[in-house]
Amino acid sequence: MSKLETGVNATANDCYTLTAVALHWTTAVLVISAAVLGIYMHELPFSPTKLRLYSYHKWLGVTIFLLALIRLAWRSAHPAPALPSNMPSWEKNAARGGHAALYAFMLCVPLIGWVMSSAHGFQTVYLGVLPIPDLIGKDKELAEVLEKVHAAFSLSFMALVALHAAAALKHHFIDRDNVLRRMLGLRGLP
Amino acid sequence: MKLFFVFMAALLFAAAADAAPVIKEQSRITFVSRQMGVPVEGSFKRFDAEVEFDPKETKKSRASITIYLDSIDAGSEEASIEIKRKPWFDVKNHPKAEFKSASLSFFGPGRYRVSGNMTIKGRTRPAFSDFTVKERGGYRVFEGKFTLKRLEFAIGEGAWSDIGTVADEVDVSYVFSVPVQSANK
Repeated sequence: MSKLETGVNATANDCYTLTAVALHWTTAVLVISAAVLGIYMHELPFSPTKLRLYSYHKWLGVTIFLLALIRLAWRSAHPAPALPSNMPSWEKNAARGGHAALYAFMLCVPLIGWVMSSAHGFQTVYLGVLPIPDLIGKDKELAEVLEKVHAAFSLSFMALVALHAAAALKHHFIDRDNVLRRMLGLRGLP
Repeated sequence: MKLFFVFMAALLFAAAADAAPVIKEQSRITFVSRQMGVPVEGSFKRFDAEVEFDPKETKKSRASITIYLDSIDAGSEEASIEIKRKPWFDVKNHPKAEFKSASLSFFGPGRYRVSGNMTIKGRTRPAFSDFTVKERGGYRVFEGKFTLKRLEFAIGEGAWSDIGTVADEVDVSYVFSVPVQSANK
């Protein structure tokens, strides 16, 4: 109520919307699952389980990609709350850059995976029912290159996720600000 | 010795007159399997097929096809290795798949159905396939398809018999080209 009256000021823009919070944590669970699955399934001997896990991994990737688009659309209509004013500007820039990079990874890691799958000659069929067209045809050499790119990007993504989590914990336990709390859907500290 | 060669040549000629081998460069056998709903294309690189076809007399027509299973391309290196193993084709003990026609029925202009027996992995099952016949530049081109249920032939045993991962139905397509002259015999 007071938010409507005060308009866009610090207090009004202090929280993430519940939608943004839900989307963030859903993405977190899916991204970590996809990464663990990706590392685990890779070394498995050829088996029905392996085929299943590869499909699940691809479905996770497609979902993460779609969620990233939804989050960007939501974010453009509901801007993220401002970073604490006492943060040094290099930290603010690092946070903004890091978040942008996380979105870039959420979009490009699934994209590379999809093209890589096509290059291997396997179309991606979302949830086993929705065929996603192949952007490119079967190409073994390209597939091997894309495999390396997909792996390198995924590992960089995971490193950035770890940094992202570490930064959130630093905000919570060292800076004692509301950066982590507001992403947990809790009210900001006074 | 001379007589022997004449005899052999006569035998060969008799065989050639009996049924025409297909032109390999213009013939192919491909298939589409489904893994987790994903269509995966494959093919057989080596096969023999003999077709004797008389458009007017279906009773005289016949076909026999032999596929050498170790020439399979199952869509990926991993799958091509796996599919030759015991749970799948067991190529070591069953190197060939065979189809022998029993009857041919006329469906419409250029359209036929061939029925016969399919033998894979030591199991013989009745099978049929609809196909079309077209004449193209001195060749008679047979083009058709049929759906093979892999579990009827125990292709993919044990854990692989789970049709939720690899579907039971495999769509097989073929094109066989035979020179019209010999096909007319």
